[in-house]
Amino acid sequence: MRDMTVTMAHGAGGKATGELIKNVFLKNLDNDILLKMEDSALVPGSDRIAVTTDSFVVDPIEYDGGDIGRLSVCGTVNDLLVSGAVPRYLTCGFIIEEGMETELLNRIVSSMADTAKEAGVKIVAGDTKVVEGNGGLIINTSGVGFVPEGRNVSSKNIRTGDRLIISGSLGQHHTAILKKRMNIENDIPSDNAPLVEMVNALFEGGINVHAMRDVTRGGLATVLSEMAEASGVRIEIDEDKIPEDPGVSDFCNLLGLDRLYMGNEGKIAVFVPEACCKEALEIIRKSRYGENAAVIGAVDKPSEDGSGVYMKTAIGGIRRLGALVGEGLPRIC
Amino acid sequence: MNRNYLEELKKYDGRKMRLMEVCGSHTAAIAKTGIRDVISPKISLVSGPGCPVCVCPSAYIDKLIELAENGKTIVTFGDMLRVPGSRGSLYEAKGRGAEVIMVYSPLDLVNTAQKESEKEFVFAAVGFETTIPVYTLLLDEIRELEIKNIKILTALKCMPPVIDRLCESGADIDGFIAPGHVSVISGSRTFYGLAKKYGIPFAITGFGDEELTAGIWGLVKMVQNRERLAGKPELLVRNFYSSVVSEEGNTRAKEKINEYFEYKKASWRGIGIIEDSGLYLKERYLELDAGSMDLVEDKKINESCGCDRVLTGRMSPDECPLFGKICTPLSPQGACMVSSEGSCYQEYKG
Repeated sequence: MRDMTVTMAHGAGGKATGELIKNVFLKNLDNDILLKMEDSALVPGSDRIAVTTDSFVVDPIEYDGGDIGRLSVCGTVNDLLVSGAVPRYLTCGFIIEEGMETELLNRIVSSMADTAKEAGVKIVAGDTKVVEGNGGLIINTSGVGFVPEGRNVSSKNIRTGDRLIISGSLGQHHTAILKKRMNIENDIPSDNAPLVEMVNALFEGGINVHAMRDVTRGGLATVLSEMAEASGVRIEIDEDKIPEDPGVSDFCNLLGLDRLYMGNEGKIAVFVPEACCKEALEIIRKSRYGENAAVIGAVDKPSEDGSGVYMKTAIGGIRRLGALVGEGLPRIC
Repeated sequence: MNRNYLEELKKYDGRKMRLMEVCGSHTAAIAKTGIRDVISPKISLVSGPGCPVCVCPSAYIDKLIELAENGKTIVTFGDMLRVPGSRGSLYEAKGRGAEVIMVYSPLDLVNTAQKESEKEFVFAAVGFETTIPVYTLLLDEIRELEIKNIKILTALKCMPPVIDRLCESGADIDGFIAPGHVSVISGSRTFYGLAKKYGIPFAITGFGDEELTAGIWGLVKMVQNRERLAGKPELLVRNFYSSVVSEEGNTRAKEKINEYFEYKKASWRGIGIIEDSGLYLKERYLELDAGSMDLVEDKKINESCGCDRVLTGRMSPDECPLFGKICTPLSPQGACMVSSEGSCYQEYKG
């Protein structure tokens, strides 16, 4: 099929749809299950199954360090991982606005295939719709993973005395997207990545992970806020210990942004008992994408003001961190 | 990090003093560093009217909504969307079908206006000296490219007149943490007159941890020596942000401002009308104006709203009866809770 633009005909379910599926989707996503082209994929099961779904509407579709295809795999894979599951199968639903070039679509799907391979997952079911529009794209991925015996990871499991590790510095994904929208040049690619190797290594190393979340929209402050509330604990973090990315810091200073409220797509926050903290840190640092990991805080009983997240600032003040309110836009003045 | 200044601020045990900042970025920086918890309790850091969104009278918001309801596309920075006027906010008007778009820079509007030439755009031009030069660039573009479908509704204000009013009305302020960004444009010299008139010190301060600490400590020293320094404006205004602030400021920016704008009275939410404190398009450019004159009325949407007292440093956010109860960032009763530079927003979030 030569390169062309997607039209409403490609979404009609007829010959054009068949050609699009064959020449773009099957060509890139080929695996034994998908190639059966049945109405459902039949896969072997497990005792505890993790299921998740996420839709991706990022604009721009392609950005420094990634694209919506890579993102759609990372987001769902990481959501499965932080629940203690081994990610196995993904579905993908495409809503394509007419006018999209198939060459671009091919790049996106090829990127999904590469990322799925890196993450060790198969994309076994899909759907395509075409709607009126301006060449945009929305992708939904649902994911299934299997949770091995003995793993009990939940935001409700954080205990007094636990230590908090984050796997790297903050704000890269948000920066990569915003810089493209605002035409600002810098060297900061998105950190979108599937963290399969890192999380597997933690469990295989015998680390008793209590809770884990990936640090996405809303930033670390929002994620920790939700976790503190779920477990009813006080999380104390140290601003100085959070790994810094100087490029992101400059970007934040320029626009009046706060890295604690900026989204990542390749970082996790992990709560482990104090006894295995040092070992957990080493394991993460040795894993792909985890070289800048650091212990940034600890968990205490709730104070008189209740549960929540408190940060010791660089100059020694205490700042209470709530969830993000509003959209986190750059300031004007 | 120069621990000396911070240590000095912690140990300070001299006279009690109230230091006011009048810059949204300082409000945010002070909240972010948590510096209030660290310094001596004898030094109070108070927030003043440094947020340009917070000082827009309700009439300004009402006018934007009226224009939107008459088919204009309103273009604004994010902060303006949720500020309540007397009939709700732009955000609510948007929900009823008004066209309101957000941009990061006013210049983004030029492309849009050219592409969508059938629409009429009105830019909500809000700001202090820091932002005003950017609007002159927009006006240059509009005139050069002969764009006929952009107008501006201005709420442009200057700092010195409001500082003058605060001092004149006897506000309990011992010194000012002078706005760093405003000073980049207007120059440190802009505060000499006020320093001399009231014998009150000004420390022009930056925004990073070290800059903030150095500036505040410098101000504390000046306040301690206030009597000795009185009458010598050059000693009462000290520049701790000299990496970017000069005495005369950005002359090119000031020329551009004078080319397009002139000073007239303006209404400051919670404070009232201050003569020669607002900038309005000169008569020969009035075709680019969407009706900025006479937007003076300022109605509170909730009688108990304490924004006027918070803005003038007479009350801290948590002393307002509505703070954190009826008034939150998701349901703001006044501008101080809406803008990310507003004192109430910063206090709530922090």
